[in-house]
Amino acid sequence: MELTPDEWNAVRLSIKVAVWAMLGSLPLGLLTALILARGNFWGKSLLNGIVHLPLILPPVVTGYLLLLSFGRRGPVGAFLAEHFGIVFSFRWTGAALACAIMGFPLMVRAIRLSIEAVDRRLEAAAGTLGAGTVWVFATITLPLILPGIIAGMILSFGKAMGEFGATITFVSNIPGETQTLPSAIYTFTQIPGGDAGALRLTLISVAISMAALMASEALAQRASRRIEGA
Amino acid sequence: MTILVDVSHRLGGFQLEARFASPGHLTALFGPSGSGKTSIVSMIAGLIRPDRGSVEIDGRVLTDRASGIFLPTHRRRIGAVFQDARLFPHMSVRRNLAYGKWFAPARERYADTGRIVELLGIGHLLERRPNLLSGGEKQRVAIGRALLASPRLLLMDEPLASLDEARKSEIMPYIERLRDELKIPIVYVSHSIAEVARLATDIVVMSDGKVAASGPTGEIIQRLDLLPAEERGEGGVVLDMTVAAHDIRYGVTVLKSAAGEIRVPRIRAETGSAVRLRLRARDVMIATAEPVALSAQNILRGKIARIAHASNPLVEIHVDCHGQQVLSRITRLSLDALRLHVGQEVFAVIKSVAFDHENLSNSLADQGF
Repeated sequence: MELTPDEWNAVRLSIKVAVWAMLGSLPLGLLTALILARGNFWGKSLLNGIVHLPLILPPVVTGYLLLLSFGRRGPVGAFLAEHFGIVFSFRWTGAALACAIMGFPLMVRAIRLSIEAVDRRLEAAAGTLGAGTVWVFATITLPLILPGIIAGMILSFGKAMGEFGATITFVSNIPGETQTLPSAIYTFTQIPGGDAGALRLTLISVAISMAALMASEALAQRASRRIEGA
Repeated sequence: MTILVDVSHRLGGFQLEARFASPGHLTALFGPSGSGKTSIVSMIAGLIRPDRGSVEIDGRVLTDRASGIFLPTHRRRIGAVFQDARLFPHMSVRRNLAYGKWFAPARERYADTGRIVELLGIGHLLERRPNLLSGGEKQRVAIGRALLASPRLLLMDEPLASLDEARKSEIMPYIERLRDELKIPIVYVSHSIAEVARLATDIVVMSDGKVAASGPTGEIIQRLDLLPAEERGEGGVVLDMTVAAHDIRYGVTVLKSAAGEIRVPRIRAETGSAVRLRLRARDVMIATAEPVALSAQNILRGKIARIAHASNPLVEIHVDCHGQQVLSRITRLSLDALRLHVGQEVFAVIKSVAFDHENLSNSLADQGF
Protein backbone atom coordinates (compact mmCIF):
# COMPACT_ATOMS: atom_id res chain seq x y z
CA MET A 1 0.00 0.00 0.00
CA GLU A 2 1.73 3.12 -1.28
CA LEU A 3 0.85 6.48 0.23
CA THR A 4 1.32 9.78 -1.56
CA PRO A 5 3.32 12.50 0.26
CA ASP A 6 0.09 14.36 0.96
CA GLU A 7 -1.44 11.28 2.50
CA TRP A 8 1.63 10.72 4.64
CA ASN A 9 1.40 14.31 5.73
CA ALA A 10 -2.18 13.80 6.81
CA VAL A 11 -1.24 10.71 8.87
CA ARG A 12 1.70 12.45 10.55
CA LEU A 13 -0.29 15.59 11.17
CA SER A 14 -3.19 13.70 12.68
CA ILE A 15 -0.93 11.91 15.14
CA LYS A 16 0.88 15.15 16.00
CA VAL A 17 -2.39 17.01 16.53
CA ALA A 18 -3.86 14.21 18.64
CA VAL A 19 -0.76 13.86 20.85
CA TRP A 20 -0.59 17.62 21.46
CA ALA A 21 -4.32 17.82 22.12
CA MET A 22 -4.03 14.96 24.64
CA LEU A 23 -0.94 16.22 26.46
CA GLY A 24 -1.96 19.87 26.31
CA SER A 25 -5.34 19.29 27.89
CA LEU A 26 -4.07 16.90 30.58
CA PRO A 27 -3.02 19.42 33.28
CA LEU A 28 -6.23 21.42 32.99
CA GLY A 29 -8.26 18.23 32.67
CA LEU A 30 -6.77 16.81 35.87
CA LEU A 31 -7.35 20.08 37.70
CA THR A 32 -10.95 20.32 36.48
CA ALA A 33 -11.62 16.70 37.42
CA LEU A 34 -10.21 17.38 40.90
CA ILE A 35 -12.36 20.45 41.35
CA LEU A 36 -15.48 18.66 40.17
CA ALA A 37 -14.80 15.55 42.25
CA ARG A 38 -13.69 17.22 45.47
CA GLY A 39 -14.83 20.82 45.33
CA ASN A 40 -17.99 22.07 46.94
CA PHE A 41 -18.72 25.54 45.76
CA TRP A 42 -21.40 27.70 44.26
CA GLY A 43 -21.49 27.33 40.48
CA LYS A 44 -20.14 23.79 40.43
CA SER A 45 -22.97 22.55 38.21
CA LEU A 46 -22.38 25.52 35.90
CA LEU A 47 -18.71 24.52 35.54
CA ASN A 48 -19.78 20.94 34.97
CA GLY A 49 -22.16 22.12 32.25
CA ILE A 50 -19.50 24.19 30.49
CA VAL A 51 -17.05 21.28 30.54
CA HIS A 52 -19.63 19.00 28.97
CA LEU A 53 -20.81 21.55 26.40
CA PRO A 54 -18.59 20.32 23.51
CA LEU A 55 -20.15 16.88 23.95
CA ILE A 56 -23.67 18.09 23.23
CA LEU A 57 -23.12 21.05 20.88
CA PRO A 58 -22.87 20.31 17.16
CA PRO A 59 -19.10 20.25 16.41
CA VAL A 60 -19.63 22.96 13.80
CA VAL A 61 -20.93 25.28 16.52
CA THR A 62 -17.88 24.61 18.70
CA GLY A 63 -15.61 25.26 15.70
CA TYR A 64 -17.43 28.47 14.87
CA LEU A 65 -17.22 29.69 18.48
CA LEU A 66 -13.49 28.95 18.38
CA LEU A 67 -13.18 30.89 15.16
CA LEU A 68 -14.99 33.84 16.75
CA SER A 69 -12.87 33.90 19.90
CA PHE A 70 -9.52 32.44 18.84
CA GLY A 71 -9.47 33.70 15.26
CA ARG A 72 -7.03 36.44 14.32
CA ARG A 73 -9.61 39.10 14.98
CA GLY A 74 -11.24 37.32 17.89
CA PRO A 75 -10.59 38.77 21.36
CA VAL A 76 -8.52 35.84 22.66
CA GLY A 77 -6.78 35.14 19.34
CA ALA A 78 -5.74 38.76 18.83
CA PHE A 79 -4.42 38.99 22.38
CA LEU A 80 -2.39 35.78 22.10
CA ALA A 81 -0.98 36.73 18.69
CA GLU A 82 0.03 40.18 19.85
CA HIS A 83 1.60 39.28 23.20
CA PHE A 84 2.88 35.75 22.75
CA GLY A 85 3.04 35.29 19.02
CA ILE A 86 0.77 32.26 19.28
CA VAL A 87 -1.56 31.91 16.32
CA PHE A 88 -4.30 29.30 16.15
CA SER A 89 -6.35 30.14 13.09
CA PHE A 90 -5.53 28.08 10.02
CA ARG A 91 -2.57 26.42 11.75
CA TRP A 92 -2.09 22.90 13.03
CA THR A 93 -2.03 24.37 16.54
CA GLY A 94 -5.63 25.43 15.95
CA ALA A 95 -6.50 21.87 14.97
CA ALA A 96 -4.89 20.68 18.22
CA LEU A 97 -6.88 23.26 20.21
CA ALA A 98 -10.16 22.22 18.58
CA CYS A 99 -9.40 18.55 19.22
CA ALA A 100 -8.38 19.24 22.83
CA ILE A 101 -11.65 21.02 23.51
CA MET A 102 -13.73 18.31 21.88
CA GLY A 103 -11.97 15.59 23.89
CA PHE A 104 -11.95 17.56 27.15
CA PRO A 105 -15.28 16.36 28.59
CA LEU A 106 -14.32 12.73 27.94
CA MET A 107 -10.97 13.15 29.65
CA VAL A 108 -12.41 15.01 32.65
CA ARG A 109 -15.16 12.44 33.09
CA ALA A 110 -12.79 9.47 33.16
CA ILE A 111 -10.41 11.13 35.62
CA ARG A 112 -13.22 12.44 37.80
CA LEU A 113 -14.71 8.98 38.21
CA SER A 114 -11.37 7.57 39.27
CA ILE A 115 -10.84 10.38 41.79
CA GLU A 116 -14.26 9.76 43.27
CA ALA A 117 -13.36 6.09 43.67
CA VAL A 118 -10.26 6.86 45.77
CA ASP A 119 -10.61 5.84 49.41
CA ARG A 120 -10.14 9.15 51.18
CA ARG A 121 -9.31 7.37 54.40
CA LEU A 122 -6.00 6.40 52.79
CA GLU A 123 -5.27 10.09 52.30
CA ALA A 124 -6.20 10.78 55.93
CA ALA A 125 -3.82 8.00 56.98
CA ALA A 126 -1.02 9.60 54.94
CA GLY A 127 -1.81 12.90 56.67
CA THR A 128 -1.38 11.36 60.11
CA LEU A 129 2.02 10.09 58.96
CA GLY A 130 3.10 13.65 58.31
CA ALA A 131 2.43 14.17 54.61
CA GLY A 132 1.07 17.58 53.59
CA THR A 133 -1.65 18.05 50.99
CA VAL A 134 0.64 18.24 47.95
CA TRP A 135 2.68 15.27 49.07
CA VAL A 136 -0.45 13.20 49.73
CA PHE A 137 -1.68 14.00 46.25
CA ALA A 138 1.62 13.10 44.60
CA THR A 139 2.26 9.85 46.48
CA ILE A 140 -1.22 8.50 47.23
CA THR A 141 -3.94 10.06 45.09
CA LEU A 142 -2.02 10.27 41.82
CA PRO A 143 -0.83 6.64 41.73
CA LEU A 144 -4.31 5.46 42.67
CA ILE A 145 -6.03 7.39 39.86
CA LEU A 146 -3.42 6.51 37.23
CA PRO A 147 -5.71 4.03 35.42
CA GLY A 148 -8.36 6.75 35.19
CA ILE A 149 -5.82 9.23 33.85
CA ILE A 150 -4.67 6.75 31.21
CA ALA A 151 -8.26 6.06 30.20
CA GLY A 152 -8.93 9.79 29.97
CA MET A 153 -5.84 10.38 27.84
CA ILE A 154 -6.77 7.61 25.44
CA LEU A 155 -10.32 8.88 25.09
CA SER A 156 -8.93 12.33 24.36
CA PHE A 157 -6.46 10.92 21.82
CA GLY A 158 -9.15 8.84 20.16
CA LYS A 159 -11.53 11.75 19.96
CA ALA A 160 -8.77 13.90 18.43
CA MET A 161 -7.97 11.27 15.80
CA GLY A 162 -11.61 11.32 14.71
CA GLU A 163 -12.41 15.01 15.15
CA PHE A 164 -13.71 16.57 11.97
CA GLY A 165 -16.48 19.17 12.33
CA ALA A 166 -14.92 21.61 14.77
CA THR A 167 -11.48 21.31 13.15
CA ILE A 168 -12.59 21.97 9.59
CA THR A 169 -14.76 24.89 10.72
CA PHE A 170 -12.00 26.50 12.78
CA VAL A 171 -8.84 25.85 10.76
CA SER A 172 -10.17 24.73 7.38
CA ASN A 173 -8.63 21.91 5.35
CA ILE A 174 -5.16 22.94 4.21
CA PRO A 175 -2.93 20.03 3.05
CA GLY A 176 0.26 19.88 5.10
CA GLU A 177 -0.98 22.36 7.69
CA THR A 178 -4.47 21.51 8.92
CA GLN A 179 -5.53 18.55 6.82
CA THR A 180 -5.90 15.72 9.34
CA LEU A 181 -6.91 12.16 8.45
CA PRO A 182 -10.68 12.74 8.62
CA SER A 183 -10.37 15.91 6.50
CA ALA A 184 -8.20 14.08 3.98
CA ILE A 185 -10.70 11.21 3.75
CA TYR A 186 -13.49 13.73 3.34
CA THR A 187 -11.54 15.44 0.54
CA PHE A 188 -11.01 12.10 -1.25
CA THR A 189 -14.73 11.37 -1.13
CA GLN A 190 -15.42 14.70 -2.79
CA ILE A 191 -13.25 14.08 -5.88
CA PRO A 192 -13.88 11.55 -8.71
CA GLY A 193 -11.66 8.44 -8.39
CA GLY A 194 -10.77 9.21 -4.79
CA ASP A 195 -12.21 5.98 -3.43
CA ALA A 196 -8.88 4.14 -3.30
CA GLY A 197 -7.22 6.96 -1.34
CA ALA A 198 -10.18 7.23 1.03
CA LEU A 199 -10.04 3.49 1.70
CA ARG A 200 -6.26 3.55 2.30
CA LEU A 201 -6.57 6.34 4.84
CA THR A 202 -9.59 4.69 6.44
CA LEU A 203 -7.59 1.51 7.03
CA ILE A 204 -4.74 3.51 8.55
CA SER A 205 -7.17 5.38 10.74
CA VAL A 206 -8.66 2.13 12.02
CA ALA A 207 -5.17 0.68 12.65
CA ILE A 208 -3.97 3.70 14.65
CA SER A 209 -7.12 3.83 16.77
CA MET A 210 -6.96 0.10 17.49
CA ALA A 211 -3.28 0.28 18.40
CA ALA A 212 -3.90 3.20 20.77
CA LEU A 213 -6.79 1.40 22.40
CA MET A 214 -4.82 -1.79 22.94
CA ALA A 215 -1.79 0.06 24.27
CA SER A 216 -3.98 1.92 26.75
CA GLU A 217 -5.65 -1.30 27.82
CA ALA A 218 -2.27 -2.85 28.57
CA LEU A 219 -1.08 0.27 30.43
CA ALA A 220 -4.26 0.54 32.46
CA GLN A 221 -4.07 -3.12 33.39
CA ARG A 222 -0.52 -2.72 34.60
CA ALA A 223 -1.47 0.35 36.60
CA SER A 224 -4.44 -1.28 38.30
CA ARG A 225 -2.40 -4.37 39.07
CA ARG A 226 -0.01 -2.10 40.87
CA ILE A 227 -2.83 -0.53 42.83
CA GLU A 228 -4.39 -3.79 43.83
CA GLY A 229 -0.93 -4.95 44.69
CA ALA A 230 -1.26 -8.31 42.95
CA MET B 1 2.24 12.97 79.11
CA THR B 2 -1.03 14.67 79.81
CA ILE B 3 -3.93 14.67 77.46
CA LEU B 4 -6.49 17.42 77.87
CA VAL B 5 -9.65 17.25 75.83
CA ASP B 6 -12.54 19.65 76.21
CA VAL B 7 -14.75 19.72 73.13
CA SER B 8 -18.30 20.12 71.93
CA HIS B 9 -19.29 19.00 68.51
CA ARG B 10 -22.49 18.37 66.65
CA LEU B 11 -22.60 15.63 64.01
CA GLY B 12 -26.05 15.39 62.50
CA GLY B 13 -28.34 14.59 65.41
CA PHE B 14 -25.48 13.50 67.64
CA GLN B 15 -24.15 15.87 70.25
CA LEU B 16 -20.68 15.27 71.63
CA GLU B 17 -19.81 17.00 74.87
CA ALA B 18 -16.58 15.59 76.18
CA ARG B 19 -14.17 16.80 78.77
CA PHE B 20 -11.39 14.81 80.38
CA ALA B 21 -7.78 14.91 81.41
CA SER B 22 -5.64 11.83 81.37
CA PRO B 23 -2.11 11.41 82.64
CA GLY B 24 -2.27 7.97 81.12
CA HIS B 25 0.46 6.01 79.64
CA LEU B 26 -2.17 4.05 77.77
CA THR B 27 -5.48 5.85 77.97
CA ALA B 28 -8.45 3.79 76.87
CA LEU B 29 -11.54 5.46 75.46
CA PHE B 30 -14.14 2.89 76.35
CA GLY B 31 -17.80 2.77 75.46
CA PRO B 32 -20.37 1.25 73.11
CA SER B 33 -20.31 2.05 69.40
CA GLY B 34 -21.77 5.43 68.68
CA SER B 35 -20.72 6.90 72.02
CA GLY B 36 -18.32 9.35 70.41
CA LYS B 37 -14.97 7.62 70.88
CA THR B 38 -13.91 7.79 67.25
CA SER B 39 -14.95 11.44 67.00
CA ILE B 40 -12.66 12.30 69.91
CA VAL B 41 -9.78 10.42 68.33
CA SER B 42 -10.41 12.22 65.03
CA MET B 43 -10.27 15.52 66.88
CA ILE B 44 -6.98 14.63 68.53
CA ALA B 45 -5.60 13.66 65.10
CA GLY B 46 -6.93 16.85 63.53
CA LEU B 47 -9.21 15.03 61.11
CA ILE B 48 -12.27 16.75 62.61
CA ARG B 49 -12.39 20.35 63.75
CA PRO B 50 -14.59 20.55 66.86
CA ASP B 51 -17.35 23.18 66.98
CA ARG B 52 -16.03 24.40 70.29
CA GLY B 53 -13.21 23.62 72.65
CA SER B 54 -9.60 22.61 72.75
CA VAL B 55 -7.23 19.67 72.57
CA GLU B 56 -3.90 19.82 74.34
CA ILE B 57 -1.16 17.21 74.51
CA ASP B 58 1.70 17.73 76.95
CA GLY B 59 1.10 21.46 77.12
CA ARG B 60 1.07 21.76 73.34
CA VAL B 61 -2.18 23.22 72.08
CA LEU B 62 -3.29 21.37 68.95
CA THR B 63 -6.75 22.83 68.64
CA ASP B 64 -8.28 25.80 70.38
CA ARG B 65 -11.35 27.28 68.76
CA ALA B 66 -11.38 30.25 71.13
CA SER B 67 -7.98 31.52 70.00
CA GLY B 68 -8.31 30.14 66.47
CA ILE B 69 -5.55 27.57 66.73
CA PHE B 70 -5.82 24.52 64.53
CA LEU B 71 -2.68 22.60 63.74
CA PRO B 72 -3.16 20.60 60.52
CA THR B 73 -3.01 16.81 60.79
CA HIS B 74 0.36 16.39 59.12
CA ARG B 75 2.04 18.83 61.51
CA ARG B 76 0.73 17.19 64.70
CA ARG B 77 3.01 14.15 64.65
CA ILE B 78 0.28 11.97 66.08
CA GLY B 79 0.35 8.45 64.72
CA ALA B 80 -2.88 6.63 64.04
CA VAL B 81 -3.83 2.99 63.66
CA PHE B 82 -7.35 2.47 62.40
CA GLN B 83 -9.72 -0.49 62.57
CA ASP B 84 -9.11 -1.07 58.87
CA ALA B 85 -5.33 -1.03 58.53
CA ARG B 86 -5.45 1.47 55.63
CA LEU B 87 -2.17 0.30 54.14
CA PHE B 88 -1.34 1.95 50.84
CA PRO B 89 -2.28 -0.69 48.26
CA HIS B 90 0.20 0.49 45.63
CA MET B 91 3.24 0.13 47.87
CA SER B 92 5.07 -2.84 49.29
CA VAL B 93 5.13 -3.36 53.05
CA ARG B 94 8.64 -1.89 53.10
CA ARG B 95 7.52 1.30 51.38
CA ASN B 96 4.43 1.52 53.56
CA LEU B 97 6.63 1.36 56.63
CA ALA B 98 9.03 3.98 55.32
CA TYR B 99 6.28 6.40 54.28
CA GLY B 100 6.20 8.57 57.38
CA LYS B 101 9.81 8.22 58.32
CA TRP B 102 11.20 11.32 56.65
CA PHE B 103 8.47 13.71 57.64
CA ALA B 104 9.69 13.86 61.24
CA PRO B 105 12.51 16.35 61.86
CA ALA B 106 15.83 14.50 62.11
CA ARG B 107 16.49 15.26 65.76
CA GLU B 108 13.01 14.06 66.80
CA ARG B 109 13.28 10.82 64.85
CA TYR B 110 13.50 8.16 67.51
CA ALA B 111 12.00 5.18 65.73
CA ASP B 112 14.47 2.62 64.49
CA THR B 113 13.25 0.54 61.54
CA GLY B 114 15.16 -2.60 62.47
CA ARG B 115 13.97 -2.59 66.05
CA ILE B 116 10.33 -1.95 65.20
CA VAL B 117 10.29 -4.55 62.43
CA GLU B 118 11.73 -7.02 64.93
CA LEU B 119 9.39 -5.93 67.73
CA LEU B 120 6.33 -6.46 65.54
CA GLY B 121 7.64 -9.60 63.90
CA ILE B 122 7.08 -8.38 60.33
CA GLY B 123 10.56 -8.91 58.90
CA HIS B 124 9.41 -11.67 56.55
CA LEU B 125 6.64 -9.51 55.07
CA LEU B 126 8.70 -6.58 53.84
CA GLU B 127 8.59 -7.33 50.11
CA ARG B 128 4.91 -8.31 50.05
CA ARG B 129 1.99 -6.28 48.86
CA PRO B 130 -0.68 -5.40 51.47
CA ASN B 131 -3.41 -7.45 49.79
CA LEU B 132 -1.40 -10.62 50.40
CA LEU B 133 -1.31 -10.11 54.17
CA SER B 134 -3.66 -11.59 56.73
CA GLY B 135 -5.76 -9.27 58.89
CA GLY B 136 -3.39 -9.58 61.83
CA GLU B 137 -0.31 -8.98 59.67
CA LYS B 138 -1.90 -5.91 58.11
CA GLN B 139 -2.61 -4.50 61.53
CA ARG B 140 0.95 -5.11 62.69
CA VAL B 141 2.32 -3.36 59.59
CA ALA B 142 -0.07 -0.46 60.22
CA ILE B 143 1.23 -0.17 63.78
CA GLY B 144 4.81 -0.25 62.50
CA ARG B 145 4.08 2.38 59.88
CA ALA B 146 2.59 4.71 62.49
CA LEU B 147 5.54 4.17 64.84
CA LEU B 148 8.19 4.79 62.20
CA ALA B 149 6.90 8.33 61.77
CA SER B 150 8.23 8.84 65.33
CA PRO B 151 4.93 10.13 66.67
CA ARG B 152 4.58 11.97 69.96
CA LEU B 153 1.38 10.06 70.64
CA LEU B 154 -0.17 6.99 69.11
CA LEU B 155 -3.90 6.77 68.50
CA MET B 156 -5.37 3.32 68.10
CA ASP B 157 -8.98 3.28 67.00
CA GLU B 158 -10.43 -0.21 67.60
CA PRO B 159 -7.30 -1.78 66.10
CA LEU B 160 -8.50 -5.29 66.96
CA ALA B 161 -12.22 -4.97 66.28
CA SER B 162 -12.10 -6.47 62.80
CA LEU B 163 -9.98 -9.45 63.85
CA ASP B 164 -11.01 -12.84 65.20
CA GLU B 165 -10.02 -13.99 68.68
CA ALA B 166 -6.89 -15.79 67.51
CA ARG B 167 -5.62 -12.71 65.67
CA LYS B 168 -6.49 -10.51 68.65
CA SER B 169 -4.35 -12.53 71.00
CA GLU B 170 -1.64 -12.44 68.32
CA ILE B 171 -1.52 -8.63 68.39
CA MET B 172 -2.17 -7.78 72.04
CA PRO B 173 1.31 -8.72 73.27
CA TYR B 174 2.78 -6.35 70.67
CA ILE B 175 0.66 -3.49 71.96
CA GLU B 176 1.83 -4.29 75.47
CA ARG B 177 5.41 -4.11 74.25
CA LEU B 178 4.78 -0.67 72.77
CA ARG B 179 3.37 0.42 76.11
CA ASP B 180 6.10 -1.11 78.26
CA GLU B 181 9.23 -1.14 76.12
CA LEU B 182 8.89 1.83 73.78
CA LYS B 183 6.99 3.78 76.41
CA ILE B 184 5.09 5.63 73.74
CA PRO B 185 1.90 7.27 75.02
CA ILE B 186 -1.17 5.66 73.50
CA VAL B 187 -4.83 6.56 73.26
CA TYR B 188 -6.69 3.33 72.68
CA VAL B 189 -10.31 3.18 71.55
CA SER B 190 -12.26 0.04 72.32
CA HIS B 191 -15.65 -1.30 73.24
CA SER B 192 -14.20 -4.52 74.61
CA ILE B 193 -13.75 -4.67 78.37
CA ALA B 194 -11.28 -7.52 77.97
CA GLU B 195 -8.91 -5.41 75.84
CA VAL B 196 -9.25 -2.35 78.03
CA ALA B 197 -8.71 -4.23 81.29
CA ARG B 198 -5.61 -5.84 79.90
CA LEU B 199 -4.00 -2.87 78.20
CA ALA B 200 -5.09 0.38 79.78
CA THR B 201 -3.45 2.33 82.56
CA ASP B 202 -6.27 4.87 82.56
CA ILE B 203 -9.81 4.67 81.29
CA VAL B 204 -12.22 7.27 79.98
CA VAL B 205 -15.71 5.81 79.82
CA MET B 206 -17.87 7.33 77.08
CA SER B 207 -21.61 7.08 76.92
CA ASP B 208 -23.93 8.88 74.54
CA GLY B 209 -21.41 11.55 73.59
CA LYS B 210 -20.46 12.29 77.17
CA VAL B 211 -17.73 11.22 79.54
CA ALA B 212 -19.39 8.96 82.12
CA ALA B 213 -16.26 8.49 84.21
CA SER B 214 -12.51 8.65 83.94
CA GLY B 215 -9.61 7.57 86.09
CA PRO B 216 -7.02 4.85 86.66
CA THR B 217 -7.93 1.41 85.33
CA GLY B 218 -8.03 -0.19 88.78
CA GLU B 219 -10.73 2.22 89.92
CA ILE B 220 -12.86 2.35 86.81
CA ILE B 221 -12.90 -1.35 86.06
CA GLN B 222 -14.69 -2.12 89.33
CA ARG B 223 -17.65 0.01 88.45
CA LEU B 224 -19.95 -2.46 86.79
CA ASP B 225 -22.63 0.21 86.51
CA LEU B 226 -20.51 1.89 83.82
CA LEU B 227 -20.58 -1.16 81.61
CA PRO B 228 -23.23 -1.75 78.99
CA ALA B 229 -25.72 -4.38 80.21
CA GLU B 230 -24.43 -7.10 77.88
CA GLU B 231 -20.83 -6.58 79.01
CA ARG B 232 -21.63 -6.44 82.71
CA GLY B 233 -20.74 -10.09 83.16
CA GLU B 234 -17.26 -9.22 81.85
CA GLY B 235 -16.67 -6.62 84.54
CA GLY B 236 -14.62 -7.14 87.62
CA VAL B 237 -11.34 -6.10 89.05
CA VAL B 238 -7.78 -5.97 87.86
CA LEU B 239 -5.15 -7.25 90.28
CA ASP B 240 -1.51 -6.36 89.86
CA MET B 241 0.44 -9.37 91.05
CA THR B 242 3.95 -10.77 90.92
CA VAL B 243 5.03 -14.21 89.88
CA ALA B 244 6.04 -16.00 93.10
CA ALA B 245 6.89 -19.46 91.82
CA HIS B 246 6.33 -22.07 89.16
CA ASP B 247 5.20 -25.55 90.05
CA ILE B 248 6.37 -27.64 87.14
CA ARG B 249 4.86 -30.86 88.45
CA TYR B 250 1.32 -29.54 88.26
CA GLY B 251 1.91 -27.01 85.50
CA VAL B 252 0.90 -24.18 87.78
CA THR B 253 2.21 -20.68 88.40
CA VAL B 254 1.75 -19.05 91.78
CA LEU B 255 0.97 -15.33 91.76
CA LYS B 256 1.20 -13.19 94.85
CA SER B 257 -0.13 -9.86 96.01
CA ALA B 258 -1.36 -8.24 99.21
CA ALA B 259 -4.67 -10.02 98.75
CA GLY B 260 -3.01 -13.43 98.90
CA GLU B 261 -1.86 -16.15 96.58
CA ILE B 262 -3.54 -17.20 93.39
CA ARG B 263 -2.66 -20.25 91.31
CA VAL B 264 -3.03 -20.16 87.57
CA PRO B 265 -2.14 -22.54 84.77
CA ARG B 266 1.53 -22.09 84.07
CA ILE B 267 2.49 -18.90 82.25
CA ARG B 268 5.74 -17.92 80.63
CA ALA B 269 6.98 -15.24 82.95
CA GLU B 270 10.05 -15.05 85.08
CA THR B 271 9.76 -15.31 88.84
CA GLY B 272 9.43 -11.83 90.27
CA SER B 273 7.95 -10.23 87.15
CA ALA B 274 4.70 -8.30 87.30
CA VAL B 275 1.51 -9.56 85.75
CA ARG B 276 -1.95 -8.15 85.56
CA LEU B 277 -4.87 -10.40 86.30
CA ARG B 278 -8.48 -9.73 85.54
CA LEU B 279 -11.04 -11.28 87.86
CA ARG B 280 -14.53 -11.23 86.45
CA ALA B 281 -17.16 -10.55 89.11
CA ARG B 282 -19.21 -13.47 87.83
CA ASP B 283 -16.30 -15.85 88.47
CA VAL B 284 -16.04 -14.96 92.15
CA MET B 285 -18.23 -16.71 94.75
CA ILE B 286 -18.68 -15.75 98.40
CA ALA B 287 -18.41 -18.11 101.38
CA THR B 288 -19.03 -17.11 104.98
CA ALA B 289 -16.78 -19.84 106.39
CA GLU B 290 -13.49 -21.07 104.99
CA PRO B 291 -14.48 -23.74 102.50
CA VAL B 292 -12.97 -27.16 102.88
CA ALA B 293 -12.97 -30.00 100.41
CA LEU B 294 -13.57 -27.70 97.49
CA SER B 295 -12.08 -28.15 94.04
CA ALA B 296 -11.52 -24.42 93.62
CA GLN B 297 -8.02 -23.70 94.91
CA ASN B 298 -8.02 -19.96 95.00
CA ILE B 299 -9.64 -18.55 98.11
CA LEU B 300 -8.96 -15.02 99.32
CA ARG B 301 -9.88 -13.84 102.81
CA GLY B 302 -11.40 -10.39 103.19
CA LYS B 303 -14.11 -8.13 104.54
CA ILE B 304 -17.23 -6.96 102.77
CA ALA B 305 -16.65 -3.29 102.03
CA ARG B 306 -19.80 -2.53 100.10
CA ILE B 307 -22.91 -4.16 98.78
CA ALA B 308 -24.25 -2.59 95.61
CA HIS B 309 -27.67 -3.44 94.30
CA ALA B 310 -26.90 -3.42 90.63
CA SER B 311 -29.86 -4.90 88.87
CA ASN B 312 -32.44 -7.35 90.09
CA PRO B 313 -31.85 -10.14 90.79
CA LEU B 314 -28.10 -9.57 91.08
CA VAL B 315 -25.98 -7.73 93.63
CA GLU B 316 -22.32 -6.80 93.64
CA ILE B 317 -20.25 -7.52 96.71
CA HIS B 318 -17.04 -5.54 97.10
CA VAL B 319 -14.64 -7.52 99.22
CA ASP B 320 -11.61 -5.78 100.67
CA CYS B 321 -8.77 -8.31 100.73
CA HIS B 322 -5.98 -6.63 102.66
CA GLY B 323 -6.30 -3.45 100.67
CA GLN B 324 -7.07 -5.00 97.30
CA GLN B 325 -10.63 -4.98 96.08
CA VAL B 326 -12.24 -8.09 94.71
CA LEU B 327 -15.66 -7.91 93.15
CA SER B 328 -18.25 -10.64 93.27
CA ARG B 329 -21.59 -10.85 91.57
CA ILE B 330 -24.16 -13.02 93.31
CA THR B 331 -27.93 -13.29 93.38
CA ARG B 332 -30.05 -11.41 95.85
CA LEU B 333 -31.35 -14.75 96.99
CA SER B 334 -27.83 -15.78 98.07
CA LEU B 335 -27.30 -12.42 99.72
CA ASP B 336 -30.33 -12.92 101.94
CA ALA B 337 -29.73 -16.62 102.53
CA LEU B 338 -26.16 -15.97 103.74
CA ARG B 339 -27.23 -12.78 105.56
CA LEU B 340 -24.26 -10.90 104.17
CA HIS B 341 -23.60 -7.43 105.53
CA VAL B 342 -20.90 -4.78 105.30
CA GLY B 343 -17.94 -5.43 107.58
CA GLN B 344 -18.49 -9.16 107.63
CA GLU B 345 -15.51 -11.44 107.22
CA VAL B 346 -15.91 -13.61 104.12
CA PHE B 347 -13.97 -15.78 101.69
CA ALA B 348 -13.88 -14.98 98.00
CA VAL B 349 -13.75 -18.22 96.08
CA ILE B 350 -12.35 -17.87 92.60
CA LYS B 351 -13.27 -20.47 90.04
CA SER B 352 -10.14 -21.57 88.25
CA VAL B 353 -11.84 -21.16 84.95
CA ALA B 354 -11.42 -17.42 85.37
CA PHE B 355 -7.82 -17.64 84.22
CA ASP B 356 -7.63 -17.82 80.52
CA HIS B 357 -4.81 -16.23 78.65
CA GLU B 358 -6.89 -13.31 77.62
CA ASN B 359 -7.12 -12.26 81.23
CA LEU B 360 -3.48 -12.66 82.03
CA SER B 361 -1.22 -9.99 80.89
CA ASN B 362 2.47 -9.54 80.88
CA SER B 363 4.79 -8.29 78.22
CA LEU B 364 6.57 -11.62 78.19
CA ALA B 365 3.76 -13.89 79.27
CA ASP B 366 2.06 -14.30 75.95
CA GLN B 367 4.92 -14.53 73.55
CA GLY B 368 4.69 -17.77 71.77
CA PHE B 369 1.05 -18.29 72.61
